[in-house]
Amino acid sequence: MSLLYTEQEQDLRDAVRAVLADRCSANTVLARVEGDLPYDGDLWRVLARDVGVAGLLVPESLGGAGASSREAAVVLEELGRAVAPVPFLTSAVLATTVLLRAGTSEAGKILGDLAAGATTAAVAVSLAADPFRPGGNDVVAEDGGLTGVVPCVAGAEVADVLLVPVGDAVHAVTEFTVDTDVSLDLTRPVATVTLRAAQSVRVADSSDAVPYALAYTAGLLASEQLGVAEWCLDTTVAYAKERTQFARPIGSFQAVKHRLADLWLDVVRARAVARNAADQLTGGLTDAARTAVATAQAWCSPVAVHAAEECVQLHGGIGMTWEHPAHLYLKRAKADSIALGAAGDHRDALAGLAGVPAPA
Amino acid sequence: MSTKLDATSARERVRAFVAAHRDVTDRVGFLRARFDAGLAWVHFPEGLGGLGASRDLQEVVDAEFAGTPQPDLGKQGVGLGMAAPTILACGTDAQRRRFLRPLWTGEEIWCQLFSEPGAGSDLAAVATRAVRDGDEWVVDGQKVWTSGAHHARWGILIARTDPDVPKHAGMTYFVCDMAAPGVEVRPLRQITGEAEFNEVFLSSVRLADDLRVGGVGEGWRVAQTTLMNERVAIGGEPVEPGGGPIGPVLETWRTRPDLRTHDLHRRLLALWVDAEATRLAAARFREQLAAGLPGPEGSAAKLAFSTLNQRLSGLDVELNREAGLRYDDWTFRRSDDVDMFGRDAGYRYLRAKGNSIEGGTSEILRTVIAERVLGLPPEPRTDKNVPWKGLPR
Ligand SMILES: Cc1cc2nc3c(=O)[nH]c(=O)nc-3n(C[C@H](O)[C@H](O)[C@H](O)COP(=O)(O)OP(=O)(O)OC[C@H]3O[C@@H](n4cnc5c(N)ncnc54)[C@H](O)[C@@H]3O)c2cc1C
Repeated sequence: MSLLYTEQEQDLRDAVRAVLADRCSANTVLARVEGDLPYDGDLWRVLARDVGVAGLLVPESLGGAGASSREAAVVLEELGRAVAPVPFLTSAVLATTVLLRAGTSEAGKILGDLAAGATTAAVAVSLAADPFRPGGNDVVAEDGGLTGVVPCVAGAEVADVLLVPVGDAVHAVTEFTVDTDVSLDLTRPVATVTLRAAQSVRVADSSDAVPYALAYTAGLLASEQLGVAEWCLDTTVAYAKERTQFARPIGSFQAVKHRLADLWLDVVRARAVARNAADQLTGGLTDAARTAVATAQAWCSPVAVHAAEECVQLHGGIGMTWEHPAHLYLKRAKADSIALGAAGDHRDALAGLAGVPAPA
Repeated sequence: MSTKLDATSARERVRAFVAAHRDVTDRVGFLRARFDAGLAWVHFPEGLGGLGASRDLQEVVDAEFAGTPQPDLGKQGVGLGMAAPTILACGTDAQRRRFLRPLWTGEEIWCQLFSEPGAGSDLAAVATRAVRDGDEWVVDGQKVWTSGAHHARWGILIARTDPDVPKHAGMTYFVCDMAAPGVEVRPLRQITGEAEFNEVFLSSVRLADDLRVGGVGEGWRVAQTTLMNERVAIGGEPVEPGGGPIGPVLETWRTRPDLRTHDLHRRLLALWVDAEATRLAAARFREQLAAGLPGPEGSAAKLAFSTLNQRLSGLDVELNREAGLRYDDWTFRRSDDVDMFGRDAGYRYLRAKGNSIEGGTSEILRTVIAERVLGLPPEPRTDKNVPWKGLPR
């Protein structure tokens, strides 16, 4: 095991970062969120096909890159740094993990298309689902097909395939309607998905694949949160060096300096826990991996929010403007802190995993 | 050494050494032999307790020596953690040969004579004077908070040798003979009841010039070597999940279900996460060092560790309820050691308060991180380019 980055992982990072620098500047993202949907299809095609991120987690036998959670985590760090509006987390991690876990030949067919970047998928669960108590939905299988409404789904607008847990099985559907909510997170909005007697293909005979994929994705979400926090720290440090008040850079005031030093210390530890989760997940969701995931979420969620809040505060008035990208990160960080289990849900899970039992 | 030592050959060497010294039962005898075999600090040069090997092999060697007689990390802390690397980096060959071996075996204990009543965080303000007299220096002044001075044979000392130049330029680094006439050590009682540290009065103490470490006026540079090593040493050793300072709290939590409350549970889980994040960051830092990529994260370890230790020991006192109302022993006595695991939560709580003061306060560390790691501009200073003797005190 290693908490460092391998050379290959660094190369992957460089490739993703170069594409994002070229096509996903803060101003580009700001402009996109003014439209109906923030998602950038061209950017996604370049990342998915040219860089090959869509099939990272898919084995080579199914047309993917056969990489691991460690590489996917590196991609998420970069996507977080850029608050990139692409369906990597929702399709290439969450939906892909459901299909990999399902292991059926129907799932394999969908995975081939996903890996090639030809289609994307989403899972019909609320983004707020707690992996430890995922709850159900009210979708029912009737004679004519699947019917029901699932709120707060992320990535559904750009999904060709929707994976729907129904009872003990998971179904794939391609006919569904998506109504995007006015969402806190401008770069990854949530939507209400409606199925009306939708024709479906059964891709898994058990619904276990869904909580498994939720926990796995929660572990990798920590790397996205790390990327968000890193951007906020770097941007704020740069601003503190350049903004002058009282005839000196604001970064020379100790009240500012010490806050940034503390934030740096939090981010250093965010990197350690996020890398640990990514590394542990290479062996699947063992108990050690579950502990690493819960630790990473419990640490990185509040750190990303805090980093974004500090970013706004230390930018002063400009930090409150729509024009400055800080708010995109604050909104993403805050939404991420609810996504896939809040920090408190993950701490509760640690009670069992780390042997710290609750009072009777 | 002709062939480079790797982990396997290091392990073999230690095994062969341990096998050959099975019948050496006295601690000092064993440690002397370990030094002579180059297995004290493998990255030190041959003949000086090492093999000129890479630094990361030390962990392998230490693990292999588990269960054998060990140096006393409490009493020997200043010697092993600070004096040894400084003497190696900045001392003369004669000093290395004279001091390192008994330092390693614990036959000679070291203390750190840096802080003074008027120079704590602002260490470069030291007022203790050293005046040259032929082949000797005459030292006058007062040091304070000197941990373990009552055990010490030698002290690492910084003193002012030139008051007419700016403060950083006028200091010189010495090894102080604690047995010399004019050295007086008086205990200072701490909030824990005992006296771990002391005040040390230096009155016309005569030190031979060969006890000077580094050039005259280079004391600040030499002291930086010491301080860097101090912060690494305070940052802590590798531990397992749930190990280190959270260990005793978890032990009480698990064995005393009657003490559990929902509030404590919530806070303990948050501290578990904090401890694990801090532990993993330290593990990652060690990995970087081993890979030859030392990062700035080292300066983070001490800051993170002291906050964590204070929060944990504070929670521990509350968790203990009635036992938390009692204290094990307020007797004013000289302590040998800091005992973070053998004593009650109350002692740990009080002793941990020192963690954010000793070895550079948390405020100073934040400034160091902000300026050296993040590159933020320094605060305006009024004490630069002014002769030391003209500074307000
Ligand atoms: C248990 C213990 C053991 C010790 N052992 C030794 C030893 O063996 N040898 C030795 O030489 N010393 C030792 N020390 C001394 C220690 O290094 C000093 O106490 C420490 O450097 C702080 O100096 P000070 O006590 O003079 O406090 P001060 O420097 O006066 O600081 C007082 C407060 O002001 C803050 N402050 C000071 N300057 C600034 C600044 N620029 N910006 C922001 N805040 C500032 C500090 O953070 C602190 O909170 C020990 C201390 C303790 C507690």
